[in-house]
Amino acid sequence: MDTLDVRGLSCPIPVLKTKKALEKGYQELKIIGSSNVSRENVSKFAVSQGFKVEVLKEKPDEWNIIVTK
Amino acid sequence: MDRGKWFMIVTGIIIGGLAVLLVAQGNPGNMGFCIACFLRDIAGALGFHRAAAVQYVRPELIGLILGAFLAAFSSKEFKSRGGSSTFVRFFLGMFMMIGALVFLGCPLRDILRIGGGDLNAVVGLGGFIVGILWGIFFLKRGFNLGAAKSQPTQAGGYVYVILAVLLLGLLLAGINFNPAGGGPLFFSTVAPGSLHAGLWWSLGAGLIVGVLAQKARLCLSGGFRDFFLIRDTTLLMAYGGILVTVIILNIFLGKFNLGFANQPVAHSAHIWNFLGLFLVGQCAVLLGGCPLRQMILGSEGDMDAAATVVGMVAGAAVAHNFMLASSSKGATYYGEVALLAGIIIVSLIGWAYREGDA
Repeated sequence: MDTLDVRGLSCPIPVLKTKKALEKGYQELKIIGSSNVSRENVSKFAVSQGFKVEVLKEKPDEWNIIVTK
Repeated sequence: MDRGKWFMIVTGIIIGGLAVLLVAQGNPGNMGFCIACFLRDIAGALGFHRAAAVQYVRPELIGLILGAFLAAFSSKEFKSRGGSSTFVRFFLGMFMMIGALVFLGCPLRDILRIGGGDLNAVVGLGGFIVGILWGIFFLKRGFNLGAAKSQPTQAGGYVYVILAVLLLGLLLAGINFNPAGGGPLFFSTVAPGSLHAGLWWSLGAGLIVGVLAQKARLCLSGGFRDFFLIRDTTLLMAYGGILVTVIILNIFLGKFNLGFANQPVAHSAHIWNFLGLFLVGQCAVLLGGCPLRQMILGSEGDMDAAATVVGMVAGAAVAHNFMLASSSKGATYYGEVALLAGIIIVSLIGWAYREGDA
């Protein structure tokens, strides 16, 4: 599975990178990031596009999620 | 409607209510809250500029920082981080302030001004929205100031918060470092710097707004940005909450004055009102958040945002020392030149920081 790293990026770049990746046709993508805000925004966006979001890791300084179609 | 949107509307209503309350308690007209104006007043109180009318340590901003810090710390969101083109962000903060001081207000005050019936602020809002679209132009081409890194210690993140506490200490102690020179601290004896609510009202209101803005992730540039980019209207709900509340309360208090003329701390140079907030919108999109959001992020340990806020303070000093800031008479010649130069320079920064593979 491919991984998208959005750690440390300013708003709204994590969401834009997720959008670009999902538009490439991924059915499954792992995303890692660092702030709660980016996790909320990326998850919300993925759900709005019809993806399921599974949270693998949720620590204060890093999160991992898997989005699947 | 989901919980996030409701929380955003309630946040907007409370911020709007507190803003009108602060004006009723003594703040300048349509200036219950203004990040740009208040940072400019603090810069004046510290003597970084010597414009006699705009000098006061605004407790609202101290409260804002402490409230956001407490909210972030208690929910384990306080995290020391930095290193994303910090010096570039400092300059973007400077230009964001110069734009705001040509217009005479940050995006938050723009809404408060519209809520007071000031139509010049509608022109400003138009500029803000177009500036956001111009910032998005660069985002879509891969603009990125780079990733911030978590720090090995939390110490750096506290510096910004400690500065706010020190500022409060200076204000409460009332020390005059150079009595022969009149200060610092300097305090205006003429409006608008002389107009302010009582210290504890201002501090308390700031604390509440700080907590709410941190919890809601409130960002005024983010409202239009997210709508244009991903059709998300969550952040826009705050505009509605603030605006409706402020209009209703101002009408109720007899302070609603619809028109362009005779508006408090405002001018009617339409082009420069438009372009002033255009530059603010452009800078805010490149920075990842409006002036309010930068204040909040700094309180969460984001040292790049803290540097942006310091850049805004420097921008205020530059704006008043070099006669760039507008007055109720309108924009200045130097202000117009600086504004146009700012739009060009910030656009060049936007172009230069495109990622290769985007």
